[in-house]
This record gives sequence, C-alpha cells and structure tokens, in this order.
Amino acid sequence: MATLPLLSMTLFLPLLGALAISLNWGNGDVAKANNARWVALWTTLVTLGLAVILWVNFNPVSPGFQFEDKFEWMPLLNIGYHVGVDGISLPLVLLSATLMPICILTSWASIQVRVAEYMIAFLVLETMLLGMFAALDFVLFYVFFEGVLIPMFLIIGIWGGPNRVYAAFKFFLYTLLGSVLSLLAILYIYFEVGGSDIPLALTTPFDPKVQTWLWVAFFASFAVKIPMWPLHTWLPDAHVEAPTAGSVILAGVLLKMGGYGFIRFSLPMFPEASSYFTPMIFTLSIIAIIYASLVALAQTDMKKLIAYSSVAHMGFVTLGIFTVDAQGVQGAVTQMVSHGLISAALFLCVGVVYDRIHSREIADYGGLVHRMPRYAAVFLFFILASVGLPGTSGFVGEFLVLLGAYQVSTWATTLATSGMVLGAAYALWLYRRVIFGVLVKPNLKSISDLHWREKIIFAPLVAGVLIFGIYPMPLLTMMETSVANVIDQYNLALESDAGGAIDPKKSLEIALHPASLKISYFWIATPPLGARKDAPSRVFARSVSAEAIQTSFVKEIRHD
Amino acid sequence: MISFYMPDLKHIIPEGILILSALGILMEGVFRKTGSSASFRRFSHYGIIALFLALVVLVFQHKTGEKWVTFEGQILQDDFIYFAKILILIGSMAVLAISLPSMMKEHIVSFEYSPLILFATIGMLLMVEANDFMTLFVGLEMQGLSLYILAALSRDQITASEAALKYFILGALATCLYLYGSSLIYGFSGTTNFQVISSMIRIESTGGLSIGLFIGLIFIMASLSFKVSAVPFHMWTPDVYQGCPTPITAFIAAAPKVAAMVVFLRIMVSPFLLLYADWQSLIIFISFASMALGAFAALRQTDLKRLLAYSAIGQMGYVLMGLAAANDEGIQAVFVYLTIYLIMIIGTFGCLLCLRGKGFEGVQNIEDLSGISTLHPKMSFTLAVFMFSLAGIPPLAGFFAKLYVFKAAISAGLFGLAIVGVLSSVVAAYYYLKIVKVMYFDDVPSSPAVTYGQVLVLSPEMTVVLNICVVIILLFFIFPNPVLEMAQRAALALPI
Repeated sequence: MATLPLLSMTLFLPLLGALAISLNWGNGDVAKANNARWVALWTTLVTLGLAVILWVNFNPVSPGFQFEDKFEWMPLLNIGYHVGVDGISLPLVLLSATLMPICILTSWASIQVRVAEYMIAFLVLETMLLGMFAALDFVLFYVFFEGVLIPMFLIIGIWGGPNRVYAAFKFFLYTLLGSVLSLLAILYIYFEVGGSDIPLALTTPFDPKVQTWLWVAFFASFAVKIPMWPLHTWLPDAHVEAPTAGSVILAGVLLKMGGYGFIRFSLPMFPEASSYFTPMIFTLSIIAIIYASLVALAQTDMKKLIAYSSVAHMGFVTLGIFTVDAQGVQGAVTQMVSHGLISAALFLCVGVVYDRIHSREIADYGGLVHRMPRYAAVFLFFILASVGLPGTSGFVGEFLVLLGAYQVSTWATTLATSGMVLGAAYALWLYRRVIFGVLVKPNLKSISDLHWREKIIFAPLVAGVLIFGIYPMPLLTMMETSVANVIDQYNLALESDAGGAIDPKKSLEIALHPASLKISYFWIATPPLGARKDAPSRVFARSVSAEAIQTSFVKEIRHD
Repeated sequence: MISFYMPDLKHIIPEGILILSALGILMEGVFRKTGSSASFRRFSHYGIIALFLALVVLVFQHKTGEKWVTFEGQILQDDFIYFAKILILIGSMAVLAISLPSMMKEHIVSFEYSPLILFATIGMLLMVEANDFMTLFVGLEMQGLSLYILAALSRDQITASEAALKYFILGALATCLYLYGSSLIYGFSGTTNFQVISSMIRIESTGGLSIGLFIGLIFIMASLSFKVSAVPFHMWTPDVYQGCPTPITAFIAAAPKVAAMVVFLRIMVSPFLLLYADWQSLIIFISFASMALGAFAALRQTDLKRLLAYSAIGQMGYVLMGLAAANDEGIQAVFVYLTIYLIMIIGTFGCLLCLRGKGFEGVQNIEDLSGISTLHPKMSFTLAVFMFSLAGIPPLAGFFAKLYVFKAAISAGLFGLAIVGVLSSVVAAYYYLKIVKVMYFDDVPSSPAVTYGQVLVLSPEMTVVLNICVVIILLFFIFPNPVLEMAQRAALALPI
C-alpha cells in the first residue's frame, strides 16, 4: 500500500475517466450518453473511495506533508512534479471528491445535450481541483489553479442559463486577471528560493518589503476566487447562469481555492505582510458579511440569494484565517468544508424545483410544503445549517471563527455576529416565501416531491452536515497539527521581527520549551486588555516566549 | 576546423537540396503541361519531400555542440542556428502540407507555388545562418521577394493584389532601412562580419564608441521590427493577413516570423551584446507596445485573419520580452516560445483552411464559425485547444511559452514589462475566447443564406499535421524536456 502513489492515482483517475468517455462508444446517441454518465459516476465514486483511503491512512499528528509523490518534470529549471497533502488540504480534497459524484448524479436527467462533453468537462475539472489542493510545486499549483478555468468556462457557457455567455466571460476574465498577478509573484519566489518547490518556499524567509508586494499579488488572485468584497461581482452572475451542478462545484469547491491559498501561502510565507494587512482583511470581511447579507435580502432570484450568502459566509472564512489563532484558522477550514456541503445542498435544492418549474424567481413559488413535504424538510435543514444552527456544521465553523476573532478584535466579532443575524433573516425569509403560505400558483399544483435519485443525492450531504455539526472532532484533529504549524511559523517570524536579535532557530527552542508554553497559554487564556491596545503588534496575544517578550520590553524601554 | 580558403560544400547540403529541387520543379513546370490540380498536387509533394530530405540531412549532419564557419566566414552553424533551421523547415513543410486542398479550392494552382515556398525557405535558412550583414541581406531579400510574389499569386483577386503591393512597398522600405543601417555600421566599424564587429565593440567600449554605430543598429532594429511585425512597424500586418489567400497568410504567419525573430535575437545578442544597456530600453518599448496593441486592437475585429494578425503582433511582443531580458533564460524562452507559436499558428490556420462554406469559400468572419461545434466536434475541439493555448491558459503549451518568457523577464528584473505582459494577456484572452464562444455557445445560424464554415475539406496531409499539432499542444506539459533541452543548448551557443 505504501508503495502505491495513492495521491497521484486519486488525482489522475478522473482524467482517465474523461479519456474513456472521449472514446465515445455505444450504439446511438442515447447509449453513448448513458455510457458517459455511468463512466463518470463510477470514476468519481472510485476517486472518492481513494480519497477516503487517503483519509484513513492519514496520520493527523505528523507534521508536514503525507502521501508525497515527487518526480522530475522540468529538471533543467528545477521545477518538479510534487504532490502531497496535510491536514489543511486533505479536508478540501475530501470535500471535492465527495461533491463530484453528487454533481454527476444531479446532472443525470437535467443535462440532455452533449452529455459526453459535459461529463468530460466535470472529470477534467475534478482532476484540476484535486491537483490544486495537493500540488506542492508552485508551477504545478498554478497549472491546476488556472486550468480550472477552461472546463468551468465551458460548463457555464454551454450548459448555462439565458445570460450564460456574459457570465462565462466575466467569470473567466475576472479570475484570470486575479491569477496572472500571482504568477509573477510565483516567478519571483522561484528566483528567491531557487526552485518552485512549495515546502522549500514555505521555510524561506522573505524580505518584509518584498513581502508586501508578493502578498498583494497573491491577494489579487485569492481574493477574487474566494471572493472578497468588492471583488465578488463575478460570483452572482456565474452562480445564477451555471447549470445546477456547475453552481454546486463553484460554491462547494472553487470558492475554497482562495481560502486555501491564504492559509497555505499568504500566512506562512508572508507573515509580516499578513500582519500588516490584517486590519484591511478584517474590514473587508466584515463588509462582505454585512453587505452581502443585506444584498441577499433584496434578491428575487433564489440562486442569486444563495450566491450572496456565499460571499457572506466566505467573509467568515477570511476573518478566521487572519485571526491567526488556532481556533480561528481551524474554524475557517471547518467553515470552508461546511459551507462546501451546505451551499452545495442549497443549490441542489434550488435545482430540484428548477428542474420541475424552470424558474428561479422566488415569486413563482409558495406553499411548496403542501405538495413536497420531504423537500420542505430537507430544504429547512440546510437553511438552518446555513444560518448556523447548533448541531449543524455551520455552527461549528462560525462559532470557532468568532471565538478566534474575539481574542483579536472585539468590534470585528460584534459586527460579524450581527451579520449572522442578517443571515438568519434572509435565509428564513427565503424559506417562508418558497415553502410556506398557500399553494395558489396553478403550475405548482401538480409538482412532485423528491424522487429516489434526489434522495440519494441529499442523503450524504445531510449526514455530513449533521456529523460534523455534532461531532466535529475527526475534522478538527485532522487539521490540528497542520494549522498549529502554520500559526507557529507565522508567530515565530513576527517574533524574530519584533525581537530583532532572536534568530529563528533559537526562538523555536524557546517556543517549544515547557515553560514558555505555559506562558503562552497564560497569555491566550487571559488576554491582557490593557496591554493589547498599546502593543506594537499582536505578538502579545500569541504563544509568545518569555525571552521574546523581555526583549521587546527592553526595546520599548530603550525607545523611551 | 575553420576552412577559410575552400568553401566546404558539405555543410550546405540541406540548402543545396532545396535549391536543386526548386529549380527542378520550375523546369518541369516550364516544359510540361501544368495548371491542373493533379500537377499542382504533385509539385507540392515534391516540395514537401525536398523539405523533409533537407531536414533529415540537417538533423543527421549536426552534432551537438559543434560549431563551424564556412564561405570565408559568411556562414555559420551552431546549436542556436541548428534549432532555428529545424523550426523553419518544419514550418514550411507543414504549411505546404496544409495549404494543398485549399489552394486547389481557391483555384490557385500555378506551379510556381511550391518552388516559391522553397526559395523563401532557402532565404530564411540563409538569414539565420548568416554571419555577415551582406549575407544576411541576401537571405532577407530572397525570402522577402518570394513572399511578395506568393502574396500576389492570386492575381484576379483585387484584395490579394492590394495586399501584395502594400507588403512589397513597406517591405522595400524596411529593406532600405536595413541597408542604410548596415552601411552606417560598416562605415563606423570597417567591417560587416558579426564576430569582427563584436570584438571591435569589446575593444573600443572602454574608449567610447561612435554614436554612428548605434544609429546604424537602430535602423537595423527598425527593419527587423518590420519583419517580425512589432509595433510601431506593424501596420502592414493586418492588411496583408486579411488580403492574402488564407494558405499564403498561413505561410507568412509561420516560418518567416520565426526566422526574422531568430535573426533579431542573433543580431542583438551576437555582435551588439555589449551595447545591451543602450538597446534594451528600445526592445522593452517595442515589446510593451506590441503586447498592448495586439491585445487592444484585436478586441473589435470581426475578420478572423485580421484578428490573427493582431494576435501575432501581441505574440511577438511576448517573444521580444525574452529578448529584452537579454540573458540565458531570455534566449531559451524565445526559442521555446517560437517553437510553440509555430505549432499553434500552423494548427490554427490548418483549422481555418479546413472549414469552408457550401461553395467551398473560405471562412472570413468570426461569425462564420457559429455553432460549428455541433457540426464538426473534432475540428472545433482542435481549434478551441489552439485558442486556449494562444490565450496562455494552462495546461496547454501556450501557457508554458508565456511562463518561460515571464520567468526571463522577472530574472532580469523587468517587473513593469512583466506586469504589462500578464495584463495584456488577460485582455487578449477575451478575443481568443470569443472564437471559442462562437463555436461552442452560439447556435448554427438558421438562415439558409449563411452557409459558412459548414463544410469540412480534409486531406490526409491536413489530418496528419493537425493531429500532430494538437497532440503537441495538449501534451506539451507532460514532455516539455526535449524542447527545453534544445533551447538550452541553443542559448549556450551564444556568447552571452
């Protein structure tokens, strides 16, 4: 087992499936379409199986990357094929692998034209997404990161709604504009590090002045993907026009690429810049949470409403990441996974009624509970999960983020919490208008409830949301060590910066010393409110070593 | 190793093969009945065979790392020139192959076609192997004059004649600039040999060089910018691309661009490397302006060939970015870019040549491709691959071409140029995507009057070339090393 390149197999299996479909066998169009569907379904299911094997064999306490595969790719340029997962990327790999079979299933009957091409596009997309989360080489990462655009562009443009061309172009060009800047940053890092290996780059300290530029270049790409206000405008269009499965993948996985990028690259590689830009990120996140929630209240289109709710929920993710606190970052990853499940499910819920009535307008619905009780129950469950009801995964993510944020900034937490109230307002109001009330619309009188395939689609999502909501420990232990790694590295860099004289190696020893761990616990447990305000940086609230504090105090005294 | 007294003819066997075949085809054309499709096909096959033979001889004769000078120091070959020659021969061969059916469909079956392509190819080979401004001039003219006649081959078409005339007049102007520049250089250095000029600049650079030498260089740069259609000497490109019959446009767009670019690179880096600090800013400007103009001017184009002309201007801007870096990485990037560009452009034109209307008329406008993905799924897939690749989207080859160029620019510290480059690549992506959109998102026009792009004219040669091109573009990311290694050896051959 250990000798098999398990991760690479997971990555490239979908591509193999796509190749199989492109051979296009079968007698007649119907048989060909059915073959394509079955091949796609089995490929994604086996991929999911492999991903689960990865999870089972994953060692959560080991720091560093696991299931690493490394081959020469462009040896002349010191660019290699290098993949591996840690506790931050594995949940997202699992999420992508879980959503893909669901996407194939939900397109089973609703996609009737160019079925083979559709399935090929989704399978290629899966390889790109999994590869993006698993890549440990910058060039490889970028290839996957931007390669996502081609299948997604075609999915929106060919199988999308009436305004699909505009949405496809906007999606493609907007996200391309963001990512090309990060390409330049990657090339700069390549020359600084002397190669494009990500683990190598993660341990290379960068000059703080350069960090700012690199951070901004990466920010341009990740903030568009996530998307952060005010770079979110591509998202509602793309979500609304994409076919249901396209929206599911967009909301479920594509948005996570940005959050993943922030945790994987921005925090550990550019700690000084991240710390410098934290107030801006907080502000943008808060605006995203409140503004997107308000905009969602005003929507008349169900998909658009859920799209704006995604922007708001992603605001929690960025907020959590830049608290650089164990709880905050773990909360952000949990929130990403949970939002991946919940928003995917909400888009599927819209898809269910869209397949029947072919309208996304809220006003065209009402009183569905009388005809579709099971649907109403499922929809209610996910609406409440989206609001963050305790017992669902939405609660765990948001609560952890807020907990982390509270230790850093009280006002940000307060505002974000008020955003949650607004979230409850738009979500419940949407539910009331669509499901409750009197069934008066004539075309709704004969609408049918969930059929068996739809039940199969929703079952794993309901289970996932419930399990991670009631017992999130598997998820949290999986990422604990990796998140702690990222945070330690961030803090060490800031400390050595603040302390000046402390070299990273020495401060590592201090930080790992039992005595200093105790102190760090003390500082986290009882945040000194007075000290916080005039502290030169947020170093004080972190796992700070005694010596580092002394040194910075000495430094302050010297300044006086 | 260096024979200065007796020209060593064995070194120019590939050129010899091409010359003899071209003359042979001309003889047969004069003395036997021509003008039929069958004879045209036969002549084209002769041309393809001649080019293939020349390529085989070239590959088998060349030893890696070998360098020789012959004809009194006029002609030189090393890994750098070897790579360029391979590209030129492949480019000419592929275009000759893909143009066969469409030339016949457009009723241009004059037997001069394939000899003219051979003469142009000989000119291009001479250009890249020249080690002297005079030899280079002969090569430039041989190539240029063949191209002017090729452009005018379809005499009855008024647009083609106009394009040929424009091409000729502006080309003659560029030639004048070249001659003036090289005479200035001769006047101020006393020689036309690249190596002698190079060592002279090295000796005199401490004592201060004459400004005349630099002015001469600027004239030569202007002339070569014309040949590679870089801004501000790009004006002929859209008109010529649009006016010429599409097979001829395909030829003009492929190998001659590569040859001119290689010569540009060689002149800047071989004799004038030490003036680097002086010419770099000019190249940066040309590169910057070409990328930006190529991106923005193509946005509103509806004519496919005009669009491809602006796209070519933009693409040349990216190649020039590698030259602007003026380091090892830059030269490698230029070669990788040119290789991939050649394949992409042959493939793109191949697709356009295949797609014809009901009366076999060629596609003109982007709209003519509406909805062809339902009619010809394989052909539209192929064209879409080339469009995404030209736009530089991974994992297609076009992305790696851009990656290496940007890498070179970053390594040389040209951050501003690199930023302009990536931003204009986003703008340019719009019009490449527009072609994909027309093919895949639009429906086949229901009006019976619109019949463009609905008939597929394929020939065995075309199928082979298109399949090879699309496989290379799709799978370049798996096997990038052969091209990278050749580019590295080419860069090592230059004294940088």
